[in-house]
Amino acid sequence: MFSYILRKILYAVPVVWGVVTVVFILMAIVPGDPARLMMGQRGDPATLARIRADLGLDLPLHQQYFRFVGDLVRGDLGTSYRNNEKVTSALVDRFGATLRLAFWAMVVAAVIGVAAGILSAVRQYSLFDYSAMFIAISGVSAPVFWVGLLLLLIFAYGFHLIPGVGYGDGDWRYLVLPVVTLGVRPAALIARLTRSCMLEVMSQDYIRTARAKGLAEKVVVLKHAFKNALIPVVTIIGTQVAELLSGAVLTETIFAWPGVGRLAVEALVARDFPMIRGTVIFMAVIFLVANLIVDLSYGIIDPRIRYD
Amino acid sequence: MTAEKKPKTSGASLRYEAWLRFRRNRLAMAGLVMAVTVILGAIFASSLAPYDPFKQLIWTEGRAVRLAAPSAEHIMGTDLYGRDILSRVLFGARISLQIGIFATVVSLFIGVPLGALAGYRGGFTDDFISWIINVIFAFPFFLFVLAVVAVFQNPSMSVVYVAIGLVNWVAIARVVRAQFISLRDREFVEAARALGLPTWRIIFIHILPNALAPVIVQATLGMGSIIMIEAGLAFLGFGAQPPTPSWGLMISEGQKYLGLGKWWWAIFPGMAITYTVLAFNFLGDGLRDALDVRLKR
Repeated sequence: MFSYILRKILYAVPVVWGVVTVVFILMAIVPGDPARLMMGQRGDPATLARIRADLGLDLPLHQQYFRFVGDLVRGDLGTSYRNNEKVTSALVDRFGATLRLAFWAMVVAAVIGVAAGILSAVRQYSLFDYSAMFIAISGVSAPVFWVGLLLLLIFAYGFHLIPGVGYGDGDWRYLVLPVVTLGVRPAALIARLTRSCMLEVMSQDYIRTARAKGLAEKVVVLKHAFKNALIPVVTIIGTQVAELLSGAVLTETIFAWPGVGRLAVEALVARDFPMIRGTVIFMAVIFLVANLIVDLSYGIIDPRIRYD
Repeated sequence: MTAEKKPKTSGASLRYEAWLRFRRNRLAMAGLVMAVTVILGAIFASSLAPYDPFKQLIWTEGRAVRLAAPSAEHIMGTDLYGRDILSRVLFGARISLQIGIFATVVSLFIGVPLGALAGYRGGFTDDFISWIINVIFAFPFFLFVLAVVAVFQNPSMSVVYVAIGLVNWVAIARVVRAQFISLRDREFVEAARALGLPTWRIIFIHILPNALAPVIVQATLGMGSIIMIEAGLAFLGFGAQPPTPSWGLMISEGQKYLGLGKWWWAIFPGMAITYTVLAFNFLGDGLRDALDVRLKR
């Protein structure tokens, strides 16, 4: 087990290095001078030169690269052009809000998705099945920002059930709409996958055996069938983390949610390159970590999987 | 698996069999019909649209036509500048399909050769290409495209679809690579090799036609996600710029008026996006079943 974890982590190293390099190249080919961007029209040539020297922009590109990677290894992602805030501290400040949003979105999506998927499979071709699957496929096809606006229109502006946008100092009522908005897509995917996996498992011989020996249908469905249908579902939860982070960019923008996604958009609008670099690398690393955790959890769900 | 395993019949009848399977699938047919309506709407937008999508009708119809609610004259209402929303939604189909098609073409141009090379050659070539694929997969898709587009000062539409293509090709490449790995040691490939044919000929003329089915499915499903990403970019202000009738942009412009009860400006374009993406998802799922393709999603 330990060597398996180690090997997985070692596999991730070249990928992380690739991510860092791609982001560096992307920011290096940008037209325009960051020093001028920082100072606007105010900067006199001497100040601009000093800023360039501070940022290492006067160095040849390969030296900039080594400096960038070296700083990164020491946990330094640079300083924002916009307000001189440390990129790492901005990320740490904002990550809590994103984590809270994404965590609850995933929980809601998993609970609703799995429940709807099981029910649909058990009552295949019923009205419930058709409507659940119709909602699911629409949920996958509707743009997340539009779903968010629709929810705002109905529940905040229409029925005044929920306050509008904002973080509300952690008040849970402000959490509801962003969580639902972000959770719709994963819930839909999980529901569809759970349904198809359940249908596959339910036609197996051991399910017939379980029924034949007189087990209650509830036990057959939840204990015998669902446990075996769970593996693909867990896999998709892992891949959904990336989608959640992408979705968080738009969801946080609509709901004025002070997370990393909104930080990224603010940085992009201001063309604040160190901050863009930082948020993109950060999200990619989060994604890799999440997938590592999913990889490792297979062994817990499925005892047939051995790590050696 | 492709059609390979089916009883040996001619290519035309294999395709006919797939069409029969496709036609029996109600959702697939619904997807086809929906996609055709979007395509027709885009092609004939200028004759179907009741008004000029750029024309600010306040100059001809007076101020009452600003943000007018849906009515018989303006089925989807009008926006702040008195432009007819239905007309703009119809023209928006052009933008979305254009991006969808161009970005897919870019993805195919990069993804097919690289995936083929990785799968056919194996070894170091495969390791290297797979590494690139894994690196790009590690980025949240939308944020990465956003970053690529945003670094350009004045992104034109071509920047948008090249950026989407530069990220989206990895999905195509993965599928092509898996196909080539399973096909490269078949007898017909060995025969081609024994004849001394050049590698590019073996790859493109002999193997690729047998690997096409999953590529078609992946490209169709990709259309939906590309259209969604373009809408997201435009919504944030990084895609199409005003006064382009882009669906994402219309939602972005209309969102400020949602709270004032003027819902139509933002809601109808969103329905158009959902309808279009739904069409390509149904179509892709239907093609996958009809062509008997197994794909990881």
